[in-house]
Amino acid sequence: MCVEVETVLPEIDLSELDAIIEPYLGRKEMVIPVLQKVQDHFGYLPRPAMEQVSRRMRIPLSRLYGVATFYAQFKMKPRGRYIIRVCKGTACHIQGSPKISGRIEEILGVESGETTDDLRFTLEEVACIGACALAPVIMINDDPHGRLSPDGIEKILEKYS
Amino acid sequence: MYEKHLMICGATGCLSSGSNLVEEALVEELEKHGIRDKYRLVMGGCPGFCEVGPIIVVYPDEVFYCRLKPKDMAELVEKHLLEGEIVERLLYKGPDVVVPARFYDTIPFYAKHKFNVLRTSGIIDPESIDEYIMRGGYRAFTRALSMEPLAICEEVKEAGLRGRGGAGFSTGLKWEFTNKAPGPKKYVVCNADEGDPGAFMDRSILEGDPHAILEGMLICGRAIGADEGYIYCRAEYPLAISRLKIAIRQAEEYGLLGKNILGYDFNFKMNIKEGAGAFVCGEETALLGSIEGKRGMPRPRPPFPAQSGLFGKPTTINNVETFANVPLIVKEGGVLEFAAIGTEGSKGTKVFALAGKVRNTGLCEVPMGITIREIIYDVGGGIKRGKEFKAVQAGGPSGGCIPAEQIDLPIDYDSLNKAGAIMGSGGLVVMDEGTCMVDLARYFLSFTQKESCGKCTPCREGTKRMLEILDRISEGAGVPEDLDTLDSLAASIKDSSLCGLGQTCPNPVLSTIRYFREEYEEHITDKFCRAGICKELFTYRIDQEKCTGCTACARVCPVDAIKGEKKEPHEIEQDLCTRCGSCVEKCRQDCILVVPQGREADVSN
Repeated sequence: MCVEVETVLPEIDLSELDAIIEPYLGRKEMVIPVLQKVQDHFGYLPRPAMEQVSRRMRIPLSRLYGVATFYAQFKMKPRGRYIIRVCKGTACHIQGSPKISGRIEEILGVESGETTDDLRFTLEEVACIGACALAPVIMINDDPHGRLSPDGIEKILEKYS
Repeated sequence: MYEKHLMICGATGCLSSGSNLVEEALVEELEKHGIRDKYRLVMGGCPGFCEVGPIIVVYPDEVFYCRLKPKDMAELVEKHLLEGEIVERLLYKGPDVVVPARFYDTIPFYAKHKFNVLRTSGIIDPESIDEYIMRGGYRAFTRALSMEPLAICEEVKEAGLRGRGGAGFSTGLKWEFTNKAPGPKKYVVCNADEGDPGAFMDRSILEGDPHAILEGMLICGRAIGADEGYIYCRAEYPLAISRLKIAIRQAEEYGLLGKNILGYDFNFKMNIKEGAGAFVCGEETALLGSIEGKRGMPRPRPPFPAQSGLFGKPTTINNVETFANVPLIVKEGGVLEFAAIGTEGSKGTKVFALAGKVRNTGLCEVPMGITIREIIYDVGGGIKRGKEFKAVQAGGPSGGCIPAEQIDLPIDYDSLNKAGAIMGSGGLVVMDEGTCMVDLARYFLSFTQKESCGKCTPCREGTKRMLEILDRISEGAGVPEDLDTLDSLAASIKDSSLCGLGQTCPNPVLSTIRYFREEYEEHITDKFCRAGICKELFTYRIDQEKCTGCTACARVCPVDAIKGEKKEPHEIEQDLCTRCGSCVEKCRQDCILVVPQGREADVSN
């Protein structure tokens, strides 16, 4: 997988990064939790942060990216303030989740995996949220929305500005 | 002392239906009347019946209120709590009951349930170790401490417990292997990476009864001689992770985790690792790699984890539901009690996640050996909107579908295997006539294809080729040889893939071809998708006899393809129609038909 350098380059403040890495120094098996904490802090994994993690934890950058790009959770580009996760589980699929994501793509003008230009929304797919009984389901940040129909989507999105 | 306990379901299902708003409204009402401190409110575990959420159960009266809205709380407080009168309006009502049902025992959804694993979920506060202990919690662990480790393995073997996560291997035997493996350092790992789309029972157990999992893991630790455990939980389950953390902290405070536990020569340390979104990490060797901080790729077995697992040490891996069963077996007299339920080869109960086009969705725990008919019609209340039952998908992307003809098949490990499906983790997705089986197979394969880690060629390349064929078929470009090619590709992938993901991923394709071959052939030769799913292979037509001209379809059509005067039959302009299906959902007369392209014949339904 190629690692793209982010096109919009916001100033990245690395001052708090050492404090995040500190408790895990010398514990290479903790690399996933470290990356999770780094992503919590920045919203994604900026290249300069990855370089610093690599240096401090003494893990080659190539290996670090190897791990980061393997897992769906890790993002290499900045993401929106609101992350829309459309559940693509079986129950949601047969209850019409393709129509739901189609409608969201239509409203936001982005495809799955992309972020709107104003950094408001990022649209993602997730394998299963585990709320199958309420299919089709989406999560916007930590709020689940269930039993959706395509025509109700716009109203829900309006709540997140 | 509290006058009453109000258990509000705080699991993800009810939260999506708004149970947090209901709770806020309830607190407000109680405060308004100045009686907040008389009642104990618990955002508790899951009673299972997600369909009718949000749910509140009032104890000790045992009244089950469902489908609650924040505005209902005023009446609930005034009538029930203050005047002691049941609010009948908020009880369970449905086509399957004559009078509103008051409690579990009169609600048909629960009639076939056998609460074992879910014994305390929804009844106790999942964030209180005291409530777990009061209901007999950690008693089995205390007993295990006084037993010989191999005797514990023996009991689990004798009870007949088989892994609840996939292949159904004997749990006791697995433990015995790890016990007998040489070395001072061993690990217990709980696989809480519930990734099967369509399964959510582990999430409910984690959220509703986290201590049961800790207890099961501690007993396992004693039995195999391990002093450290890892719970590998999906990051998509934040509530489960936070409840596990609370449970671990409490167990440490009570001396149930730590050094010299309860005065015995037994130490145990518990860790949580959050997954990072990779389905293949549900495979045990990939999961171990992920805990070690590597890419989650499977490795060849042998050596099995029992010999060389986490950090190269002997390791036992079981899933959440398996561990939750353990305290039931190891408690005094538990072996016989456990083995009395179920069938010859499959003992105990199984929690199923019932979803899809069935009326009552939710979690159900039933004895092994129950038939599909009982689950769909008795527990599930039949198919939604009175449609025909077509098939049920068991075991997720590794499983297969079972057609309506086999509705009386008993659900146990061996019967499901014979039918071409697997128990898997226990997801049951019910499908009706509106589900296209080719699309379903394509859906599962596109899932496993995406999640294939890429390490071994049969899985990486083989699934890709199979998917291309299925894509072609659903776009109308299939050729008759395709079915044979699919068969032979599937056989090679099953035989030669490295791990369980690859070895089982052709199952949905094979089982749909086996039971719904004519539907594939219809796609290939007639270029027709009778379910109206594969967009290239059908058109919609409005039944001119039945249409009342209500305009509902025309109003919802996003591309204005439906024309017609009010109260006159409408028509669809085929050049404009994108076959989005919005009109079908809106039409109350069922007069929008699915017909083959270029033909006006009425072959729908």
